[in-house]
Amino acid sequence: MNNVFVYLEIEDGVVADVSLELLTKGRSLANQLSRKLEAVAIGHKLNGIEKHVFPYGVDVLHIADHPHLSPFTTLTHSKVLIELFKQEKPEIALMGATSIGRDLGPRVSSALHSGLTADCTALEIGPHEDKKAKKVYESLLYQIRPAFGGNIVATIINPECRPQMATVREGVMKSEIVAADYKGEVKQYDAAKWLTPEDLAVKIIERHMEKSKVNIKNSSIVVAGGYGVGSKANFDLLFELASVLGAEVGASRAAVDSGFCDKNRQIGQTGVTVRPKLYIACGISGQIQHVAGMEESAMVISINSDKDAPINKIADYAIVGNMEDVVPKMIKAYKANTK
Amino acid sequence: MGLKIIVLAKQVPDTRNVGKDAMKADGTVNRAALPAIFNPEDLNALEQALRIKQRVKGSTVTLLTMGPGRASEVIREGLFRGADDGYLLTDRAFAGADTLATSYAISLAIKKLGKCDLILAGRQAIDGDTAQVGPQVAEKLGMPQITYAEEIVEVNSKKIVVKRRLERGVETVEGPLPCVVTVNSSAPVCRPRNARLLMKFKHAKTVTERQEANEDYLEMYHDRPYLNIQEITVNDIDADREQLGLAGSPTKVKKIQNIVFQAKDSKVLDATDEDIEGLMKELIANHTIG
Repeated sequence: MNNVFVYLEIEDGVVADVSLELLTKGRSLANQLSRKLEAVAIGHKLNGIEKHVFPYGVDVLHIADHPHLSPFTTLTHSKVLIELFKQEKPEIALMGATSIGRDLGPRVSSALHSGLTADCTALEIGPHEDKKAKKVYESLLYQIRPAFGGNIVATIINPECRPQMATVREGVMKSEIVAADYKGEVKQYDAAKWLTPEDLAVKIIERHMEKSKVNIKNSSIVVAGGYGVGSKANFDLLFELASVLGAEVGASRAAVDSGFCDKNRQIGQTGVTVRPKLYIACGISGQIQHVAGMEESAMVISINSDKDAPINKIADYAIVGNMEDVVPKMIKAYKANTK
Repeated sequence: MGLKIIVLAKQVPDTRNVGKDAMKADGTVNRAALPAIFNPEDLNALEQALRIKQRVKGSTVTLLTMGPGRASEVIREGLFRGADDGYLLTDRAFAGADTLATSYAISLAIKKLGKCDLILAGRQAIDGDTAQVGPQVAEKLGMPQITYAEEIVEVNSKKIVVKRRLERGVETVEGPLPCVVTVNSSAPVCRPRNARLLMKFKHAKTVTERQEANEDYLEMYHDRPYLNIQEITVNDIDADREQLGLAGSPTKVKKIQNIVFQAKDSKVLDATDEDIEGLMKELIANHTIG
């Protein structure tokens, strides 16, 4: 009871990176609260899944294994999760801010009448005093996220309702094994007792899942473009620089929304989070949602015609100039000095 | 037989075009300086509704929005593009609602509008990016949800077939009606305003707006009932008031921080050949690149 729960996203028997990252975050939250870390695996053919999960410090693994539970459908997984949560009364429930988590989370939170905060960039434990109600809460989950177009960062709390639910994007947290032989307990459930015909009403007719081809997250150098790049043609310059440097190309949301670059390259709160050793930001103003996805880069070079662009404040080097002019010069200088 | 379709739409501040005057001197957001727009993905949802209306004879499209009085703008915008009618869910009792309290009020308003076959909404609104209201409304109404719709492949009075755009692929699903479908920005953009409908509906107003404007065209609104945008207030829905507005919201905002970047010790370079060559040499020398 009142423990920290993580919903595991599972595709073909493999636990998603985002879920492992949340296990690590969940472990640290559980430690601070002196509670257990529990994980929920819902799917089919989950034999041996505990071996992948326990090393992240999971104390209890709840498994619901049934043919109807794979691939994911909203109604089946939400039914299992709702029933399990009613029984286990989690203090905190975390899931990935993915196609799945952002579909499942709100449905579960509505059924349980609990608060849910989407796309958190940080989760902390802290106190809260409600002066009006004269109530003091010792350890609530601070759900921290940029809001309002990234002009503010809001700390959200759920004082009264449980579980305190949050979704977090892939790559925002770091996964870490606690101990290879960490011992947890497995609890099996027969999902058939919860599922009704209505829960099976939405059927998958066809499904094409692609392995993500773009691998910005693990690239040690990222060349990213923003709205200031100005066109798809100018983005080709960034691809050229990236290929010379052995880098991946990323983009800000403004660049993606403007059609300069594919959505799967978006970096920031609503994209991926990267931690490369070098981040080259071209024509990116530096809105907080974008910065949230790259601020842990070891070194940042900004290329911007506006010397007062916010990004320059976090840049190690701010090149004031036009990217159309600067990028070819960088390519030329790189080629001239290596060989 | 036609389908009764409800489109959920939200008026949002245009956070994509935040200008320099968007922040007040005290560092808070100056909402008045941001233009209010029809949430972009709700327009994608409206387009899907209008396509179904063309495909399935006898179908109707009703807009439902929750917000302050000025949100009636969203309804007019929808009427100009082909919606049949619209309702503004507005009351001080709804103010400060989080997604759950919002979904509760919207679900009750939908119940008040009577039986419907399909509820369409944008995947998420650009002011919060939460994508929660659609699924929460579905849960409150006990309907299935189909999120991230890119294309409605097929629909009749019993079932709907939807192509969904997921992060790592596409999925086609079939579900029963009634259900809630949320539409992605990758779906077709909404058709523009229609000149004839613009003329027809340009005077469409809520009662409150007519009172505020102090207009004396009673006859016109009597003769052309379609110009009346209906308001739904807390008294019109069968609500548990404790679940509404700020007080009925499980999530509370503890703190708002304005964004101030901590300035690093950054080196400012000009875009000269020498500066750039110098930088590249330095990066190669310290093995950052190369």
